[in-house]
Amino acid sequence: MNTATQTYSGKAAAEDRLSPSEREERAMAEFAHHFGAYTATNLESCIHCGMCADACHYYIATEDPKYTPILKAEPFKQAYRRESGAFAPFFKLFGLKKKVTTEQLEEWQELLFDSCSQCGRCSLICPMGIEVAEMIEIGRRGMAAAGLAPKPLMDRARHQAETGQPEESDRPYSEVLQDIARDHDLDVALDKEKADILLCLPRTDLEQNPESVAAMIKIFNKLGVSYTFRSDALIAENYGYYAGSRGLQKRITKRITDAAKKLGAKLVIVPECGHAYTALRWQAAEILGEELPFRVRHVTEFLAEQLETGKLKLSKVNGESFAFHDPCQLVRKGGIVDAPRQLMDAMGLNLLEMHNKKGFSFCCGGGGGVNDLDSARELRSRAQQLKLREIDDTGAKRFLTSCSDCRVSFNEAGEHYDWNKKTESLIELVATQIKE
Amino acid sequence: MTLLEFSRGTMLHIALIVFVFGVLWRLVTTFMLGWRKRKSEWRTSAADSAVKGAIAVGNRSWPHPEFLNRTAFGEAVGYGYHIGLFAIVLLGAPHVVFWKNLFGINAAWWPTIPSGIISVVSVVTIFLLLIATIRRYMHPPLRRISNFDDWFTLVILFALMITGVMAVFGIGGRYELILAAHIIAFNVLLIWFPFSKLMHAFYILPARFFIGYTHAKKGAST
Repeated sequence: MNTATQTYSGKAAAEDRLSPSEREERAMAEFAHHFGAYTATNLESCIHCGMCADACHYYIATEDPKYTPILKAEPFKQAYRRESGAFAPFFKLFGLKKKVTTEQLEEWQELLFDSCSQCGRCSLICPMGIEVAEMIEIGRRGMAAAGLAPKPLMDRARHQAETGQPEESDRPYSEVLQDIARDHDLDVALDKEKADILLCLPRTDLEQNPESVAAMIKIFNKLGVSYTFRSDALIAENYGYYAGSRGLQKRITKRITDAAKKLGAKLVIVPECGHAYTALRWQAAEILGEELPFRVRHVTEFLAEQLETGKLKLSKVNGESFAFHDPCQLVRKGGIVDAPRQLMDAMGLNLLEMHNKKGFSFCCGGGGGVNDLDSARELRSRAQQLKLREIDDTGAKRFLTSCSDCRVSFNEAGEHYDWNKKTESLIELVATQIKE
Repeated sequence: MTLLEFSRGTMLHIALIVFVFGVLWRLVTTFMLGWRKRKSEWRTSAADSAVKGAIAVGNRSWPHPEFLNRTAFGEAVGYGYHIGLFAIVLLGAPHVVFWKNLFGINAAWWPTIPSGIISVVSVVTIFLLLIATIRRYMHPPLRRISNFDDWFTLVILFALMITGVMAVFGIGGRYELILAAHIIAFNVLLIWFPFSKLMHAFYILPARFFIGYTHAKKGAST
């Protein structure tokens, strides 16, 4: 079954003034940056078994072979074989590997952005052990360098790098934060000069889920730790990562790392946002080229630690049954499997696990910037349907997750399919159950 | 010089040289591309990660149960013909003699499988290869990602298997000619090997180790 193909040529591309040869040169230079023994081993190992398709929610939902994950990495693979592989001169001399062209890159835009949420499930199924998701991520980076990343992502990345916010808002988010605190009768630590912990927030929570923001404030106030939010480093999401731009990702990352350094923070807490966790926990030090002088933890990891040391005490909820969605970036790619379950266990939740759980969980369908692309809406909905079915199959009455981007995706899916569940935040539940 | 003499003399020597140097070249050029020192705070030590990398080398041989309902058939066929090929090449009596002569060893301990069983295994392996080929053509993702490498490798394998079976059953013409064709097919396989996906025989260990190692460092699923 075919699905609509989107391209971002012309005005839909992030940068529409580049000539085809400039695009190709830039893409190639970016690809070349990533040629190394690790990526080469990945690219050389593929046996074209096609099993990665059987892990991808977009392929499973549509059965369209163009969504086979390793196919999405083809431009990078082709560039490697032609420019850097063992027989590159031979391939070049006899024209056996064609140069990656602008037309090809344009054809791959949909495959790299609309139809990959960077969930990493394909990397888990590969019998050769290829890190397929990382190869696709490099494909995105080449696309961003060529000015062919989707405009909605690139515009937000640029805006965030310049101002700290992905988009203009009626009021600065720091004011929104203060209003939320005031509405909930909470004191909030904002723009302190020194603090042990720097807290960030998902912009989606500031805009759509004020209860989650209030929950964060309430929990950290209750713990009595030295924390602060910073107006200049408030937003956790990194649109540079979504868009594939190394330069913008670095600038956005630096806003937070510089603020943390200035504060003398020992810890940066990533809120309920999966991609923010990947960008800060695993990519910040790499992209900045330096070890970070502070630790980075997801809020659920931090709270599980507080639980273990007895600083956090939670009361039990009633006997209702819950299903929990494991956000890909936190669980499969980030290793935070136990922390949310420790919190749920402490609250005495009757957790009914899905068939594909923990590291094998299906993506919400909207991660990796896919939520931000209108062009991906139809495909996203079809992938989301798979997930809603799995959640319903648990028989649980309530549904939780610990990523705001996943919540956006589930809320959209819930509306689209007239779903009978509301997607709740684990942190909100913790804040409700925290003992006085 | 007869065709048979050429195939197991000059051509075999050239094929072996291409194979050995080609494989070494491909591996060395891959690993010489350099390693990026990672700077994140890891969850596990290098030693623990290495252990998990080694475990991943074994674990990836068996599919995760979560995926089996979609992959079982392809896995079974793949395993089937790989096991068949290994059994024929390493335990078939004529091949054991070939290896012993090639390496100049007198390994009396080297076991062989009775020729009757090898014949059955050969026919079954050809059948499984045929299924794999049909599947590659019929299965949409497989067909979409297949290239010359995949098809040519299959052609060589079929040529090798079919000439082998013809030689064993004495069909299709003079024995010397069929045997020469069989050895020529093997030589072509050796020459093609370093340039093709057949290199997965060597890449499988480092690729699995690397993913196990890097994922362990992050605590990510393997």
